[in-house]
Amino acid sequence: MAAQRRNVSQGLIWGGVAVLGTASLATLALSRGESVNAIWLVVAALCTYAIAYRFYSLFLATRVVRLDSTRPTPAVRRHDGLDYVATNQFVLFGHHFAAIAGAGPLVGPVLAAQMGYLPGTLWLLVGVVFAGAVQDFLMLVFSVRRDARSLGDMIRAEMGNFAGTVASVGILSIMIILLAVLGLIVVKALAHSPWGTFTVFATIPIAVLMGLYSRFVRPHQVLEMSVAGVALLLGAIWLGGAVAANPVTASWFTFSAQDLALLLISYGFLASVLPVWLVLAPRDYLSTFLKIGTICALALGIVVTAPALHMPAITKFVDGTGPVFAGKLFPFLFITIACGAVSGFHALVASGTTPKMLENESQARLIGYGAMLVESFVAIMALVAASVLQPGAYFAMNAPAAVVGDTVQQAAAVISGWGFAITPEALTQLAHQVGETTVLGRAGGAPTLAVGMATIFSNVLGGDRLMAFWYHFAILFEAMFILTTIDAGTRVARFMIQDFVGAALPAFRSNRNWTANIVATGAAVGGWGFFLIQGVHDPLGGINSLWPLFGIANQMLAAIALTFCTVVLFKLKRGRVAWVAGIPTVWLAICTLTAGAEKIFSDIPAIGFLSHAAKYRAAAAAGQILAPAKTMADMRQVIANDNVDTAMAGLFMAVVVVMLAAGIHAAWRAASHPSVSAREVPDDMHLLRQNA
Amino acid sequence: MICTCFGKTLNLTALGRRASETARLMLGVPDYDTYVAHMEATHPAQTAMSREAFFRERQAARYGAGGLRCC
Repeated sequence: MAAQRRNVSQGLIWGGVAVLGTASLATLALSRGESVNAIWLVVAALCTYAIAYRFYSLFLATRVVRLDSTRPTPAVRRHDGLDYVATNQFVLFGHHFAAIAGAGPLVGPVLAAQMGYLPGTLWLLVGVVFAGAVQDFLMLVFSVRRDARSLGDMIRAEMGNFAGTVASVGILSIMIILLAVLGLIVVKALAHSPWGTFTVFATIPIAVLMGLYSRFVRPHQVLEMSVAGVALLLGAIWLGGAVAANPVTASWFTFSAQDLALLLISYGFLASVLPVWLVLAPRDYLSTFLKIGTICALALGIVVTAPALHMPAITKFVDGTGPVFAGKLFPFLFITIACGAVSGFHALVASGTTPKMLENESQARLIGYGAMLVESFVAIMALVAASVLQPGAYFAMNAPAAVVGDTVQQAAAVISGWGFAITPEALTQLAHQVGETTVLGRAGGAPTLAVGMATIFSNVLGGDRLMAFWYHFAILFEAMFILTTIDAGTRVARFMIQDFVGAALPAFRSNRNWTANIVATGAAVGGWGFFLIQGVHDPLGGINSLWPLFGIANQMLAAIALTFCTVVLFKLKRGRVAWVAGIPTVWLAICTLTAGAEKIFSDIPAIGFLSHAAKYRAAAAAGQILAPAKTMADMRQVIANDNVDTAMAGLFMAVVVVMLAAGIHAAWRAASHPSVSAREVPDDMHLLRQNA
Repeated sequence: MICTCFGKTLNLTALGRRASETARLMLGVPDYDTYVAHMEATHPAQTAMSREAFFRERQAARYGAGGLRCC
């Protein structure tokens, strides 16, 4: 009787959540003409997550992978107090979330806002529930059952050495593109901005100070050191305002995009060769806490101020003519928003440190599926922040100068012509409010997000007076964790390169080999530096060509991870439920292959690399010089860049095709195999060891 | 320190310890006491690392080859 009553009340509660979620989504979707309150978006998202977690993740846990709380996890079996430590699930949730959430979920949705808030919202919600969170959860569980092995190792064990090597090439190339595009976001935000540049530069001495303190004064007191560091950072933002206000000091910190890119490349090299405790670790600590703090503050700000969304639900740019990124809604929306909907990178985290600390299999649902839902919510908040702006201001910030011109008068005229009314005075006023000389051409998401966040925060605290402070706080916060990713990512890429070369030349693998260290670091920095410089010179702002490449790479990695998950389900003789991973695999393969093919072969030069190269080649043959090239040598460089981009996109497509073929082959063999053929621990541990 | 909130008893000291453990693990530094307890229980013959050495070892490990974090 009591159980029955509980069932009825449970049913009523979940029915209520479903009705509330549907009503909020309907409000968002059906509004035309008038602005909608952001709270509807937040409520729709939270209801979707609650229902997905309660029902779909339960289905995955009980029916698909059959979590078994009696099966010992690596943390229990191999407990060593260091890497393998059974950790409280809420503590581990924090660790895992801090490892998966970065700049990605904040940037993609801001760019996608050019199509209106609705397409991005729907993809974020559907994507996370059926693809992103599924991938993170399955990867975590499969890694836990394979002694916390990495994605590459597991693919090698379950799908063969060849597939494993192809996957590793894919992982290295995504690192290179990721670092370049993140670097470009920082460069775009800091170019000709003395305030921003000063505060970001200031993080280096602050980090070194913290590093020395934790090395020699009070080792291991990371928390007190971080608190002091955050206080110094806030001081640096305040000081930055004074530096920018004085013309002499301002000129010291005013750099062109080109100079900033070169500075960033040298910095990336130094930071990844220097000892980690000096710069990398302390800045990582600062950015971790700033990240968590800012995400919480943003959530609080949105709920307290309940801002109205000024961006329409859908804009005409779904037809592919948008200025922020070129290409139609399908497939480009689905690669522009990767993080927050589905991010292949998480497969590396979910098979990295987290599986070594999982206390019990039953907690994989909260950590694998749950943490990804929270990341999706971060992406929703970024979408809100971008949609809170007047659309005219949004396009002025994100459209390249080649499209809207480089004065506020031209920009206002072009953008008003698109139907998003804005005056030149309003653009000048906005720049003044946030303490900058211009807001034009600041593509890449960070500044737009910063204005959005500054608008939201200044409504809670400080009003207009603090708008400029909050803007630079948001810029600093994004630059911080992008720079941390650049240091840490360059090191990871260096180890991967050492590993690759080491296969032929074993001495190259040693961490103590300084020549190998310098050469591999140089190769890693050279790789992303090349794409960064190329992006800086791109007439369409660079984000235009680099962000799609990054999106394609990230979704490619997700397709690889989900292919692996599908294969494992077939090997476990659970082919009937393999669709949970199979359907998102097919969807991601369609998106990455279509987007890759369009990026290479499209007739529109703004989209297709080959037609872009052809345009420049034809002009060069006629003796003309097209902007941004200033000489014939520049023209040849533009053409060469297009060829490299074509090769990159082609490589990603080839990796997807090879992995899909390997996956289908492995699944086919598993299906015709008479018994379970997956190699899980503890029972099949000997097989896994033999193969490794 | 104990306090009551909505009829539930909360142990604030334990909660604070959890929060600090979470914050440290976000930075890649696991619980030192757990490590020492493990060393005493399973490897009594070996000397456990000092708190400082433990911190340095973990810091070096975080930024080694496996230290992948997302964008």
